[in-house]
Amino acid sequence: MLRLVGQIAIGLLTLAITLLGLLLITFVIGRVVPIDPVLSIVGERATEAQMQAIRVKLGLDLPMWEQFYIYVRDALHGDLGTSIRTGESISAEIARYFPATLELATLGTIFGTLVGIPAGVLAATRPGSIADQIVRVVGLLGYSMPVFWLGLIGLLVFYGQLDWVAGPGRLDPTYDMMMEFTLTPYTGMILIDSALNGAWDVFGNAVSHIILPAGLLGYVSMAYISRMTRSFMMNELGQEYITTARVKGMPEWRVIWVHAMKNVLVPLITVIALSYAYLLEGSVLTETIFAWPGLGSYITDALFAADMPAVLGGTVVVGVVFVTLNMVSDILYRIVDPRARA
Amino acid sequence: MTLLDVQNLRVTFATEAGPVEAVRGVSFSLGRERLGIVGESGSGKTMTGRAVLRLIRPPGRIEADRMVFDGQNLIEASEREMRALRGKRIGMVMQDPKYSLNPVMTVGDQLTEGLRRRDGLGRRDAEAKAISALEAVQIRDPARVMEAYPHELSGGMGQRVMIAMMLIPEPDLLIADEPTSALDVTVQAEVLAILDRLVRDRGMGLIFISHDLRLVARFCDRVLVMYKGRVVEELQASNLLAAQHPYTRGLLNCLPRIGGPREPLPGLDRTGAWAE
Repeated sequence: MLRLVGQIAIGLLTLAITLLGLLLITFVIGRVVPIDPVLSIVGERATEAQMQAIRVKLGLDLPMWEQFYIYVRDALHGDLGTSIRTGESISAEIARYFPATLELATLGTIFGTLVGIPAGVLAATRPGSIADQIVRVVGLLGYSMPVFWLGLIGLLVFYGQLDWVAGPGRLDPTYDMMMEFTLTPYTGMILIDSALNGAWDVFGNAVSHIILPAGLLGYVSMAYISRMTRSFMMNELGQEYITTARVKGMPEWRVIWVHAMKNVLVPLITVIALSYAYLLEGSVLTETIFAWPGLGSYITDALFAADMPAVLGGTVVVGVVFVTLNMVSDILYRIVDPRARA
Repeated sequence: MTLLDVQNLRVTFATEAGPVEAVRGVSFSLGRERLGIVGESGSGKTMTGRAVLRLIRPPGRIEADRMVFDGQNLIEASEREMRALRGKRIGMVMQDPKYSLNPVMTVGDQLTEGLRRRDGLGRRDAEAKAISALEAVQIRDPARVMEAYPHELSGGMGQRVMIAMMLIPEPDLLIADEPTSALDVTVQAEVLAILDRLVRDRGMGLIFISHDLRLVARFCDRVLVMYKGRVVEELQASNLLAAQHPYTRGLLNCLPRIGGPREPLPGLDRTGAWAE
């Protein structure tokens, strides 16, 4: 146990170094892109004196190392700078946008895991069967179909034709107003906040909005998770300890879901964490199609407005999410695999 | 009294290049005695042992004119009936404890699993039984070993754990598939002595699969010599070193002797009618 604590401490140290590296990279990118922040604030007709005043205000007259020091110090205090486009604190803006992405990606990963693992196990225990073929074809479609296309077709069919689900956005406008003015925001995630407030009509509307994009992201993640589960499970089922479990007279479900699954989980944790990270940072297209005000939309909008500080702030957050998930999966990995603790 | 009677056992694997026969018509019967099966790698000895437990996975197929264990037809038994036999009445110890123990479960969990899941014992009773089983295989600190994971054990310890696990339900037949091949020579002797004493004390039948002729000659009552999926010779273990069959003789001739003449060991002559 003490050893585990020590390993977590080393992990945290690595995390700190990685994040410092990330800040260095974003800092350098911010200095080398040919977008002059001064120019985009004061406009083309400003006098040299005005430009110099802004330059001093932004700290751009200081030497590079001092600028970097200030950048890191502010970042550690949760200050990622000010958006050029809106003049607001980038941290505050991201705090508003990120919960939408977190909610969507988390739900997508839960879908993907709950369907992907059993599907992969089913395919692995009956290789070559009809079930295996179906899992393979469905998974292949998830791999190869562009997400935006699936999203458009999904909206067309389930929203446009069948009217089973609500359309783009996180809530209908009326509920949006309710959410904004009458409910206490705890987390920024509508499903959780509305449930905590006991506002079940808002909750229902949010479910109807999120089900299609989350199902879509879940499908993509399911395709990946089921494939990997199948191959890990096939590998474990060929091991000798599986024969031992059968020799002991254990029923087949126990052989698969206890003996083999405990071993499959070891590599699968990394797969699920990677797929979760991918959804957290890579759902830009989905967020665009579903008008989902998340981190992906935020970064894209900032990019089109040449709002470099906002783009880099978003990038730092994505990096932090990625590194943190990696760290969490590393810890979980050690918990399920006694050999990794030694 | 016959414990196990096998007539014309065949194990076939369907491959893309057509069926491959791993066992081709093996017959033997076994009482509460120690039967050795020897042969080269690929002679079908392991498959014979696993076929008795019906643990050949598809695409492998098991056929036999007769395969009866203590009055129960193993060929026609349902999977449920087979599960009731496995572990409870027939056990198997495999070659390498590094692979045959589940790497992510504690020794204690693996030892008590059968007792708790099928016999419905409580945790405390099951653990007490497991600890006395570990003591029976001469593990000095059973409480600590119960908490350990397989990778924390040495090979000899692991194999003793495996033997303890298989002997907890007091089976009538134990199949030991090269139980000492993965161990150091000194540890081999210890493990064999433990196995020998437990089998003797409890009056179990034992199928001892090995490629070590001298070991089998010393350890077993009767020996089957297998080659290419067939039994080429069956004889009393005490007569093994005086075997007449050309294949068995060939195997014996290629054993090196300490202090013997230092000539190249002869290879196996596979030209007889038996070798087709």
